[in-house]
Amino acid sequence: MKNHVWRPLFVVIGLVVIILLIRMAYVPADFGVGERGYMYGFHRQGNEQEWKEFQVKYRGAAYCAECHEENSSEISASGHGRIQCENCHGAAFGHPEDPESLAIDRSRELCLRCHAALVTPSSGRAQLPGIDATQHNPGMECSECHNPHNPSLEEM
Amino acid sequence: MKRRDFLKNSLVFVSGASVCASALEFLDPREVLAANPEVRWAFLVNTHKCVGCGFCVKACKIENEVPFEANVTRTWVERYVIKRDGEVVMDSPKGARDGFTSKELDQGASGMRRIPDEEISQAFFVPKLCNQCQNPPCVQVCPVGATYQTGDGVVLVDRSWCIGCGYCIMGCPYGVRFFHPVEKVAEKCNFCYHRITKGMNTACVDACPFGARLIGNLRDPDDPVAKAVMTQRVGVLRDEYGTKPHVFYIGLNKEVR
Repeated sequence: MKNHVWRPLFVVIGLVVIILLIRMAYVPADFGVGERGYMYGFHRQGNEQEWKEFQVKYRGAAYCAECHEENSSEISASGHGRIQCENCHGAAFGHPEDPESLAIDRSRELCLRCHAALVTPSSGRAQLPGIDATQHNPGMECSECHNPHNPSLEEM
Repeated sequence: MKRRDFLKNSLVFVSGASVCASALEFLDPREVLAANPEVRWAFLVNTHKCVGCGFCVKACKIENEVPFEANVTRTWVERYVIKRDGEVVMDSPKGARDGFTSKELDQGASGMRRIPDEEISQAFFVPKLCNQCQNPPCVQVCPVGATYQTGDGVVLVDRSWCIGCGYCIMGCPYGVRFFHPVEKVAEKCNFCYHRITKGMNTACVDACPFGARLIGNLRDPDDPVAKAVMTQRVGVLRDEYGTKPHVFYIGLNKEVR
C-alpha cells in the first residue's frame, strides 16, 4: 500500500475520523432537530428548560397584596390604582427576605413620564392631566404636594 | 358483457381511480398536533392606548437583566409626530427607558428638534419588540443552531451555543436584535419565556398601566388576544417580508415601519 494515492488518502481519512471524534465529545447529547425541522428547530433541546428557569423579578400587584392587603385595596381604588406597585417601588425580587432591596423611586422624572404635557392628539396621552415641567414648581418633587397613592386633588 | 354493464363498470372504475391517494391516507394525530400545537404565543399592541410612559421598557430591562445604562433594549417605544405638511418626525430617546417627558424630539446627530404645537396633526407612540415570526429569518441564517424556534412559536437564543457571528442581527428585518454587552452573545426579546410558561404575563404587559400591551395564546378561542386578532382590524409590521410576525397592532399607520 505504498503508492501515491493511498498515503494522502489515509491522512484525509484520519482527519475525518479525528473531527468526528471531537464532534462526538463536543456536541451535547440533546443537540438535535426540534418540531419545526432543520430550518427552524435545529438546537440544543435543554436550552428551552434553561430559559424557563430564568429568574422572575417582577412579582405583580397580587404578590404585594398578600402582605400589604390594606394598602393594596385602598390604592387600587384610587386614580393611580392601575399602576403596578413595582413600577415605583422596584421589583419585588428578594423581598420580603431582604427589605432593603426595594428602592422607592420618588423622583420628579417618574411622574413626568405620564404627566409632562405633550401634544399627542392621536394617543391616550392627550387624556392625562399634564404639566409644563419648566413652569410648574421646577426642582420640587411632586410628592411634596401631591399624594402619589391618591392623586385626586379634592381629597388632599 | 352488455353495453349497459360495461358503461356502469367503467364509470365505477374511473371514479374509483380518480380518488387521489392522499385522500385515503390515515392522518397521524401527532402530525396534526404538530401542525396545530395547543399554544402559539402572540402579542397585541394597542397604539391608541400607549401614552409613552416607558414603564414597559424599564421593567423589561430589569426583568431580563439587560444593562440599564447601555443603549440597547429588548423592547422600546417610538414616538411619531406627523406635521400638518405631511412630514414625519420620529424619535425614541434611549428606547424610551425614561419615558417621553419633553416636546423636543431627539434627532441624533442633527440635535434636538422642537415642532410647534400648532403644526402637529398626529402624534402617537408605537411600542416595538421581537415579532416572534412564524418564518423567522434570524433562525434560518444562524449557522450553529443557537437561535431556534420552540413549538409554541417563541424564538430563543441559546447563550452557551451562540458564537456571536451576528448573522441573526443582520437577518432580522425589524432590527430587534443586538449584542448583549455583558453576555457577549446575540440578544432579543423572548416574550419573557420564563414568565409566560409559568402562567404569568410578560414584564412589559404587567408594567403597562394602560393596557396597551397584551400577551396571549392564539390557539385559545377565549383568549382576549386571539379574539382581537380574529375580530378587529389589526396590522403587522413589514408584512411584505413574508415572515408572518406575531406581534399585532391596533391603530397602525402607514408611517410606522
